Amino acid sequence: MPQPPEHDWIEARLVGARPRAMAALLRYFRDLDLAEEAFQDACLRALKSWPKNGPPRDAEGWLIMVGRNAAIDHVRRQAKLTELPPEDAISDKGDVEPDLAERLDAADYRDDILRLLFVCCHPELPATQQVALALRIVSGLSVQEIARTFLVNERAMEQRITRAKARVAKAGVPFETPGPVERAERFAAVSAMIYLVFNEGYTDANPASERASLCGEAIRLARLMLRMFPSEPEMMGLLALMLLQHSRQGARFDETGVPILLDDQDRSLWNRSMIAEALAMIDKAMLHHQPGPYQIQAAIAALHARAGKPEDTDWAGIDQLYAALERRAPSPVVTLNRAVAIWKLKGPQAALDMIAPLSDALDGYFYFHGVRGTFLRQLGRNNEARDAFAAAVTLAGTAAEAAHIRNALDQLENCSTRQT
Amino acid sequence: MLYTLLCYNDEMVTSAWTKEEDAAVMARLDQVHRKWAGNFKPMLRLMPTSAATTLRKSENLVVDGPYAETKEQLLGFYVVDVDNLDQAHAIARELAVANPGGAYEIRPVMLYYPDGSAIDDAPAA
Repeated sequence: MPQPPEHDWIEARLVGARPRAMAALLRYFRDLDLAEEAFQDACLRALKSWPKNGPPRDAEGWLIMVGRNAAIDHVRRQAKLTELPPEDAISDKGDVEPDLAERLDAADYRDDILRLLFVCCHPELPATQQVALALRIVSGLSVQEIARTFLVNERAMEQRITRAKARVAKAGVPFETPGPVERAERFAAVSAMIYLVFNEGYTDANPASERASLCGEAIRLARLMLRMFPSEPEMMGLLALMLLQHSRQGARFDETGVPILLDDQDRSLWNRSMIAEALAMIDKAMLHHQPGPYQIQAAIAALHARAGKPEDTDWAGIDQLYAALERRAPSPVVTLNRAVAIWKLKGPQAALDMIAPLSDALDGYFYFHGVRGTFLRQLGRNNEARDAFAAAVTLAGTAAEAAHIRNALDQLENCSTRQT
Repeated sequence: MLYTLLCYNDEMVTSAWTKEEDAAVMARLDQVHRKWAGNFKPMLRLMPTSAATTLRKSENLVVDGPYAETKEQLLGFYVVDVDNLDQAHAIARELAVANPGGAYEIRPVMLYYPDGSAIDDAPAA
């Protein structure tokens, strides 16, 4: 049944209000299911009341209050203690709004939001459950939508989310107001979870797919966090990083879904307004003089974004930034990325030397073998290159990745035939 | 007579728009822009408030985020073309010396059409 047009703006308001309203309802009820039911109830009442009475000035406050009352009524009704008051008495915003606005001050909201996101990234939850739970609870995607995103059936996703909620409930919602150290820890966990949501979307070759829309959702969550915590340079860094990566979406894959390397991308397809916003965020973050891994990664992505042509890329700057990242957050993958900058600056032998010590740690990593094959091929060590590419093919996570490496193998075959 | 039309909306709502919804709004606005092309002067769309900083004039202090006080009212705005945020802040500080009291919110511009008619052109970077 087609909805009347006025429902479009109501839907948009409800989606926009959801994270903060859910966050406050979770504080009241300390239970995800109850908070969710309360929010659903409030939305149903909004769909009835708003077209008639117009939208409330403070939509979030309205939803929180109506949701809370509805849930309390629900509990009472089940207990058969009192009769349900007439609907109008609950949904009439009338004189309750100013009072409400006073009670929902900014400090409450901030910790509510942080708590709501934090319960979704409980350390006991595996990454996929964290992402699924955040999409259900914070973003309000339906189980069906999330199931389509992860390419699993609805029943399996329902179970996954139910299990995740049970674990969260068992661990207990951290209700108390966090201290500074705890707040910083929650912040780091939430940042990592937001980046997980982003990466789920980033791997999808089809920009119109449900999964690819997760990139936009992650960006929205980071914006929400920055609205609540405007002076967190790492959150600015994360937002900038995601915007820069997302800006290349239209250029990252060919029509058949095979990834296109950065050097070969049509840079006119990069989204300029996302890049501009990211560069502004990095500028702003740098005023704090508190560099961190997200800011550094954003700065690296920015150097790519600033280069109009691949040969204009500031590889020396990228090498320095990776070196800074290695010091702060050492990992074989960071060193592998740095080796690509070294390759551009000093050639394939220096790059190959740099990644030689990584072979144990990254033996199961697709990109390691792909990059190693590229260096070896350039050094003319074609047999070793072929082995490296063959190893990469077996480790490829997607058909498109495998196709990309097979291309490299084909090129290798072509040039060996020409040589012979 | 010159008037400014200051655009207000809930950012949580507008940032929840999909790319298609955003494009649809821009296309509908474009119709109006074209109809009144002779009347429109500079037009611009600001980046989200998350990109904003604010210079509090009395304390000469730059803080993150938009200017959110309701006691004061928006009295006007400048558009400055600068190399970076530092330079924008430097100009704002000089303005603050000349005109103390209140604050300047410094917010990057997302779309800019200097003469209001170059709707088909790519926006200036």
